Amino acid sequence: MSKTTNQIKPSEITPESAFLSRRRLLKSAAAAGLIPAIGCDAAQIPADGDFSNLKAWPSSVTEAPNSYEDITQYNNYYEFGTGKEDPARNAHTLVTSPWTVEVTGEAEKTGKYALEDILQPHTLEDRIYRFRCVEAWSMIVPWVGFPLGDLLARFQPNSQAKYVQFFTLNDPNQMPGVRRNVLQWPYREGLTIAEAMNPLTLLTVGVYGKVLPNQNGAPLRLIVPWKYGFKSIKSIVRIHFTDRMPQTSWNMSQPSEYGFYSNVNPNVDHPRWSQASERRLGSSLFSSRIPTLMFNGYADEVGDLYRGLNLVENF
Amino acid sequence: MTGVQRGFSKVALFAVCITPFILVVMRAVEVMGMSLGPNPVTELLHTMGKTSLNILLITLTISPARRLTKINALVIYRRMLGLFSFFYLVVHFCAYAVLDLGLAWSTLYVDITQRPYITVGMLALALMIPLAVTSTRGMQRRLKRKWLTLHRTVYAIGILAVTHYMWQTKLDLLEPLIYSLILAILLGERLARRLHRRHVNAHRPA
Repeated sequence: MSKTTNQIKPSEITPESAFLSRRRLLKSAAAAGLIPAIGCDAAQIPADGDFSNLKAWPSSVTEAPNSYEDITQYNNYYEFGTGKEDPARNAHTLVTSPWTVEVTGEAEKTGKYALEDILQPHTLEDRIYRFRCVEAWSMIVPWVGFPLGDLLARFQPNSQAKYVQFFTLNDPNQMPGVRRNVLQWPYREGLTIAEAMNPLTLLTVGVYGKVLPNQNGAPLRLIVPWKYGFKSIKSIVRIHFTDRMPQTSWNMSQPSEYGFYSNVNPNVDHPRWSQASERRLGSSLFSSRIPTLMFNGYADEVGDLYRGLNLVENF
Repeated sequence: MTGVQRGFSKVALFAVCITPFILVVMRAVEVMGMSLGPNPVTELLHTMGKTSLNILLITLTISPARRLTKINALVIYRRMLGLFSFFYLVVHFCAYAVLDLGLAWSTLYVDITQRPYITVGMLALALMIPLAVTSTRGMQRRLKRKWLTLHRTVYAIGILAVTHYMWQTKLDLLEPLIYSLILAILLGERLARRLHRRHVNAHRPA
């Protein structure tokens, strides 16, 4: 390093806003008692949009990921319209900072947490997962996130916490789609506590090493890779621990078509279409469907969660 | 309208009706920055199905429009519109059977017999074939009154087509309901006329 660069103050290198928010974040996280030790890999949303020092994850799928464009221009996010291109067109109105997540229900450390405090102690990883939509299309996505279970443990759920429910933001000023009741808003989803604590369940903040675009569920979403995509709830504002199976939006809307579990299962068809095969996004007009895998190919990791459960009845 | 005007207007209508096909081919071969997007088979399938249904509803508008505007010449466009609706329906079916299913006959059989929205869609296609075959002037002459009766199946086809659209929709029924409303108006107008005629006939002094 040359002499001149040594003289530059850190405040001149880091954009001021990022610098200040980092200081604020550390202060508030410390105040909330959320940081046992401040590591150098403390997770945060980078001001320039690019994550650095992401930890590689050894179990990523080896198939080539879909293009950034496919992943960010073909979305189901009904709060911004029911067409596949609607979210990319409309989601710019979503304000993702500041962002607060409320934790309620059967846990010791309930309350409101700033996104910075949620992320701070965790190490972000680059994980390439399969993603399977209930509409029988699929893609391969390099997400950025950390295991949900690590976060939930910090809230110290009690013995009554059998399930975890999640809620998406519900703001008609930011989300034109919620003005029509195509689903019951706020969008809500849920997992059993065992599913939520499974190391595959990823609390996600980025894609392709970049901050999540709004249409993909910024700033904080779930990715549950062995379940149909609608279980992977976007733009989370509330996490609720409960002792009974929670309501989920698609199940409330059409209970005969969308169950609570909604595990990817080629042997259990949707009542109106087959789930035996899928179309990979980005493939050509003449490429054929590919077979859908049990639990979307994650049977080794999650099969034990469902031992003894009738997957036809509990679809 | 002179013969030249008729000919010219028919060429113009043909150009309009073939445009969705040209556009979809351009998107498929990705020229001028166009594309079918990340899920091309589904996009092709949906676009062609929607186009067929759109043209079918326009075809069904011809007769009421003729009665409303008293422009009898509108009827010369009906055959072409009907045939274009059939053409897009065939492309829609081929996209499904060839591109989506890869001509897997067993899957096709399961779909037709077990998925109600596909059953009604296939029924609409089957009912439309005789209409396309008998659409020529020669057939019209040969079948006489039977031709009219046969071509009334287009009302059933309209109902099947809108039902097919409605039943395959995942959640947001707004668009299929708009289509249903338009179809209800088009068929309702015919039913009302029929009832009115019966009423008039019944009360005619002997």
